[in-house]
Amino acid sequence: MRRFVAEKAKRALSSYLLSSSRSLPSPSLTSSPLKFYSTAAAMASKLNPPVTVDTLNPKVLKCEYAVRGEIVTHAQRLQEELQTQPGSHPFDEILYCNIGNPQSLAQQPITFFREVLALTDHPALLDKSESAALFSSDSIERAWQILDVIPGRATGAYSHSQGVKGLRDAIAAGIAARDGFPSNPDDIFLTDGASPAVHMMMQLLIRTENDGILCPIPQYPLYSASIALHGGSLVPYYLDEGTGWGLEISELKKQLEEARSKGITVRALVVINPGNPTGQVLAEENQRQIVEFCKKEGLVLLADEVYQENIYVDDKSFNSFKKIARSMGYGEDDLAVVSFQSVSKGYYGECGKRGGYMEITGFSADVREQIYKVASVNLCSNISGQILASLVMNPPKVGDESYESYMAEKDGILQSLARRAQALEEAFNSMEGVTCNKAEGAMYLFPRIHLPQKAIDAAKAVNKAPDAFYAQRLLEATGIVVVPGSGFGQVPGTWHFRCTILPQEDKIPGIISHFKAFHESFMSEYRD
Amino acid sequence: MAKALDYESLNENVKKTAYAVRGELYLRASELQKEGKKIIFTNVGNPHALGQKPLTFPRQVVALCQAPFLLDDPNVGLLFPADAIARAKHYLQLTSGGLGAYSDSRGIPGVRKEVAEFIERRDGYPTDPELIFLTDGASKGVMQMLNAIIRNENDGILVPVPQYPLYSAAITLYGGSLVPYYLEEEANWSLDFNNIRQSIASARSKGITVRAMVIINPGNPTGQCLSEANIRELLRFCFLENLVLLADEVYQQNIYQDERPFISARKILFDMGPPLNKEVQLVSFHTVSKGYWGECGQRGGYFEMTNLSPKTVDEIYKVASISLSPNVPGQIFMGLMVNPPKPGDISYFKFEQESKAIMESLRKRAHIMTDGFNSCRNVVCNFTEGAMYSFPQIRLPARAIEAAKSAGKAPDVLYCLKLLEATGISTVPGSGFGQKEGVFHLRTTILPAEEDMPAIMESFKKFNDAFMEEYEDYRGYSRM
Repeated sequence: MRRFVAEKAKRALSSYLLSSSRSLPSPSLTSSPLKFYSTAAAMASKLNPPVTVDTLNPKVLKCEYAVRGEIVTHAQRLQEELQTQPGSHPFDEILYCNIGNPQSLAQQPITFFREVLALTDHPALLDKSESAALFSSDSIERAWQILDVIPGRATGAYSHSQGVKGLRDAIAAGIAARDGFPSNPDDIFLTDGASPAVHMMMQLLIRTENDGILCPIPQYPLYSASIALHGGSLVPYYLDEGTGWGLEISELKKQLEEARSKGITVRALVVINPGNPTGQVLAEENQRQIVEFCKKEGLVLLADEVYQENIYVDDKSFNSFKKIARSMGYGEDDLAVVSFQSVSKGYYGECGKRGGYMEITGFSADVREQIYKVASVNLCSNISGQILASLVMNPPKVGDESYESYMAEKDGILQSLARRAQALEEAFNSMEGVTCNKAEGAMYLFPRIHLPQKAIDAAKAVNKAPDAFYAQRLLEATGIVVVPGSGFGQVPGTWHFRCTILPQEDKIPGIISHFKAFHESFMSEYRD
Repeated sequence: MAKALDYESLNENVKKTAYAVRGELYLRASELQKEGKKIIFTNVGNPHALGQKPLTFPRQVVALCQAPFLLDDPNVGLLFPADAIARAKHYLQLTSGGLGAYSDSRGIPGVRKEVAEFIERRDGYPTDPELIFLTDGASKGVMQMLNAIIRNENDGILVPVPQYPLYSAAITLYGGSLVPYYLEEEANWSLDFNNIRQSIASARSKGITVRAMVIINPGNPTGQCLSEANIRELLRFCFLENLVLLADEVYQQNIYQDERPFISARKILFDMGPPLNKEVQLVSFHTVSKGYWGECGQRGGYFEMTNLSPKTVDEIYKVASISLSPNVPGQIFMGLMVNPPKPGDISYFKFEQESKAIMESLRKRAHIMTDGFNSCRNVVCNFTEGAMYSFPQIRLPARAIEAAKSAGKAPDVLYCLKLLEATGISTVPGSGFGQKEGVFHLRTTILPAEEDMPAIMESFKKFNDAFMEEYEDYRGYSRM
């Protein structure tokens, strides 16, 4: 009733305003235009302010990002309750296993990197003799090298829109050393983390909703969100859980053809290697097939390689897609590859710095100009992040003063990650109705839960996806925050959740025991 | 096989987008620089690139935050003053794991609280930290808001002409319509409400729904500081026409005259009382890139929302969360900017000294540049009341305009290219910012070092006089 009345009043007022706003009084009446219009306009505004949820960009309304979605907001509420009413919940702390944010869970930064960053953030330190007592000699040397390639040594100035040239030179050298194939600094665009670079590519590739991007399911939901924001279509290809999240070319072909038959122009293929949330490391042969596929079908290969330094198995190693393509004899004229890297992951875990880059190859000069133009609107990415990216791609070498301590820190972190991945995987596999593929790389486990029908019905009754229902119950019982599989996509009718391997190692046994206890009690409640 | 992504198959909106600040002139200047020519880059407001030194205190604090192990070193006091050490500890405590952890997607709550306290001190009205979002520079915030508002090409955004071309670029990228309103050059670039009303009416008659209005105060490129009366009328206008006001206030620290100090749009809105204070929707933007800080490379900024519904704020939060978080060091710079050393602090004296020196010099340079331009007979330049730019009007002779046409270039582009080749001064042609038909400008910054200014202005004058010699039609002028 109230809504009907409001609608009627709105219509009456807007027609009143429409007639009156076209004939605003002349300046001589400016002493009281407000009084003249105030009531009408005020009432109209109350009903119809310029920006409301109803008048927002529908693409904004449509996009979703579960990693910081509903379950996290709920967890934050519980965390507040724990502080204001201690003992109000059956747990003492919230354990955030929802997001790949290592340093928020006490992972320590790499000392050498932070030494260099402190010196480049405050170059006056380099002029003081006391600094030699506080900083390693190679960090001082590296800081000088970096400042020498920054015009005027001004780390507070906007740089070239692709990033400082000298830092791109260093990154290109690091890529070449890693791959054994040359890298051109002019192909590199330094960005505030890898995510803005992904957005840039989506903006360039997507013209209308008839432009499709092939994305793995499950996927890191930056891709689905970005495609929605840019008004394109996500063309899913399913990774095969039964074969360790294998990527089958036959599946790619099938999905591509189906999309095309619906009138979708498929523009690009996203591959996340190592996978997120799935953790698989692609075999070389598989990568070669993918490269062939993109070349044959005229797709841009978008290679998300941010977890390239997170590999926990001895029988697999990281190969960049650009390296694979070049080793097959494919050059700039054969296919376009965009490789994304970040300072947020690996063993450095510097999420808060927002450092990353994309390396673009196989595009014509006029396309590259457009990419540059889009980058220039934001002027440049943060300089400290750019410096860190150059350090990550060129860490201390044998013989450097910091080499041994650097290696100890790096190995310590990676070995601990491998142990935690193993412990959690075993724990999940030991739970009734839960199967969990190995985390060969990245930072996550993505177990499948075979939920009893009773649980599925209970979830439906409260209007929740079954995995979201499970995750919420888990949170409320244990304080552990995981992200429901529906946030990443999964084969319909299957349920998963993503759990990071990042909680501190000494907390893992406790997490495992509480998780198991919850799971047993959940299954007891809902077992068929 | 056709390339997977070629020029033809690019997103049309990308192709239509232009951003002159790093466009043709800048690219040409960079080429010349590579060839060994000395270039004075006055194309972008980038103070540190022209020799302005960073303020000491913030750099000390952030360096300590980068390397917290320094805090445990017994010798740390030899290199850092005690208040910098204390402040670093304060910020580290506010983070969720130091500089290397993603923060809350809206920014560190403790820093947003500092920003809220700053706003309250500045304006005399309280504000809610939950409505303040930190961003990687103000530009990202502007783009987020415009992306949220623009649904399709029938959504129009009122933008001042001349404007900072981030606005035109973002509107094009997001597929909206730019509705221009002209600032009045003869009246010191003030707002002309008749023109604004005409613009909005004209847009509406074409079926455009005008959603928002952008105001840049102090102005870029125009440098004017709006009067309180102007801002009041503007707010009333937005109220009546149902527009959200996007107030770009990034230059609020850069004021070079005393008649019109900076007053935030929000303060005036609240001064005006009901119903406006509860009804007018406003988003205000600020940054660490300008002012006397000039920390462009840190990418620190924020926007503050007033009178947007909680549901709208939630949606904007959702979009922010996709990029996880703004960079943490930039957030700390923002905290330091809104909460600088106070009288009595160890670092206060030096901080004040450094800040004052920069502000006084900027004021001097604003005058030197304005006067230098006005000393040329074909140049008229409004005084740079605020911001960092000078936007002289260059009267070009008919033959120059013809020459430009034959070269396929806008006349001011031709002028600026020749200026660049002759003197190494890299400016941005007025067409990059928008101007009235047949009126030409260029934008330069007031940022070159004070001691270099006289020589730069002299170099400009020499070029300009030679240019006029070359292109002037002698029939209209006597050489006696």
